[in-house]
Amino acid sequence: MASFENQNVQFAAHPKSHFLGRIFGNRRNIFYILLITCFFVLPFAGSPYWIDLGVSIGFYTLLALSLNVILGQAGIFNMGHMAFYAVGAYTTAILNTVCGWPIFWTMPLAGCAAAFFAAIVARPIIHLRGDYLLIVTIGIVEIVRIALLNDIFGLTGGSNGIFGISRPVFFGLRIVKPVHFYYLVWGMVGVSFALFYMMRRSRFGRALNYIKTDDVAAEACGINVAHYKLLAFVLGAFWAGMTGSIYAAKMTTIAPESFSFMESCIIFAVVILGGGSQLGVLVSAFVFIGLPEIFRQFNDCRMLLFGLAMMLMMIWRPQGLLPALPRLYSLPRKILEKSAEKSL
Amino acid sequence: MSLLTLSHLHVCYGSVEVLHDVNLRIEEGEIVTILGSNGAGKSTTLLSISGLVRPRRGKITFAGKDLTSMPSHDIVGQGVSQSPEGRRVFATLTVMDNLKLGAYSVHDEAKTKATLDWIFELFPRLYERHGQLAGTLSGGEQQMLSIGRALMAEPRLLLLDEPSLGLAPLLVRSIFSTIRTVNARGVTVLLVEQNACAALKLATRGYVLETGNVVIEDSAAHLLADPSVREAYLGGD
Repeated sequence: MASFENQNVQFAAHPKSHFLGRIFGNRRNIFYILLITCFFVLPFAGSPYWIDLGVSIGFYTLLALSLNVILGQAGIFNMGHMAFYAVGAYTTAILNTVCGWPIFWTMPLAGCAAAFFAAIVARPIIHLRGDYLLIVTIGIVEIVRIALLNDIFGLTGGSNGIFGISRPVFFGLRIVKPVHFYYLVWGMVGVSFALFYMMRRSRFGRALNYIKTDDVAAEACGINVAHYKLLAFVLGAFWAGMTGSIYAAKMTTIAPESFSFMESCIIFAVVILGGGSQLGVLVSAFVFIGLPEIFRQFNDCRMLLFGLAMMLMMIWRPQGLLPALPRLYSLPRKILEKSAEKSL
Repeated sequence: MSLLTLSHLHVCYGSVEVLHDVNLRIEEGEIVTILGSNGAGKSTTLLSISGLVRPRRGKITFAGKDLTSMPSHDIVGQGVSQSPEGRRVFATLTVMDNLKLGAYSVHDEAKTKATLDWIFELFPRLYERHGQLAGTLSGGEQQMLSIGRALMAEPRLLLLDEPSLGLAPLLVRSIFSTIRTVNARGVTVLLVEQNACAALKLATRGYVLETGNVVIEDSAAHLLADPSVREAYLGGD
């Protein structure tokens, strides 16, 4: 017990350097600061077309970040993520056009609706493994699309969708222009980054990683696997629903075609290509959504090149672009000395 | 009252019954070993104690509580933890992450730190390699990690499934002496082994399983001396 007390002291006595020194002393922090500045300045340099592309990449990044919790962290094969996005978008659209609620008020509700929907559909299927679950989630996204198409409850407007969704107002500023949406969407990406980063460091985040690696061993070590899987699913769906809410406001018109199975596949591929880390997701969203636009002149063979790139990736870098780094722990030196004595 | 009792346990995989009416008890503080050849049902017995395999009939009680239909993650909370066959460490996670997983059911941070301290004392190697991915450890180190992870849950009963599997004789001796140290700290141990000689030297009592039946139950010293056991499991000489 005595050694434990020493340990505690050592935990507390962490070297405290100057605040700015700590931020700029680390190469990685400088990289992040440059990245954030870059995103901030970018709209000043581009035409509305490029800004719109930036917004679109932002939406895909948000969706992929939310799917990353489910697929990247917990390893649940969910190919129906668009279903939750659709539930969020339609919740906002209906509340806005029918009840006249402001967009930002509907956002948490859209998230909750998506989360609730996810909880109901995922509860009975969450124990399924890998590809079996994948097939069921494909079913879910198709059911949602077809239900929307058939004007379910007379609320969704069938194949025409819902139009006339109003613009969001942010502290008096009406968000209309692409550049406004650019900052809104990328601001939300920043918030998601921070939240999901903290989540990964938490007990909950660790549990998800254990489950992804070996769910039987995790269960045997005292983790309620079904419970945590469901939580991850619901959390990811909640975030997708919130994203759907902004999407509805951006487009002002939403229709079932926007939430197709193909879109789910793209999000799935973005997460897989990213390799499970958040930065990886960001990079691969650029690769998937940005590059095809930049190389528009190769329009005809674009998909061909894309397929080739995917195949090469599978051969040479199956772990994805940027796999998540292992967590680091700082342990006291005390034990090291003691163990060194012992092994002598 | 015994710490753990299995009474009339029948376990099936599909329609094949692999354990027929197994009765077993472990007293607090003992080291009990289960011997038997391949397919005798040793691992199945451990898996059903951990709740990873459900018995068709029979009852498992631990410290007066019925474990028979308790979910696995709750069983760990009761004080039963297992180092499974083939180690099953989380290869893509660090040694520290693996150990912290073991303590998932313990909510007392201070206690966990003390246990971690103790485990690093038991296995100094794990401390040296705490930031390394578990998949990059040697077989012996992975076995240490697997036992360390099971101990992080602060169990009253530790289930060890073939800790000597695939290890060099010298390492086997070191692992077995660690098991003795752990037992001296008050942890009851149920040890499943193919290395019958080493297991019986360590254990207080032993059970011999044959095709899902307990055929002999005796003290370890008697089993070591028993000619039929020597013939079947100790190489005959």
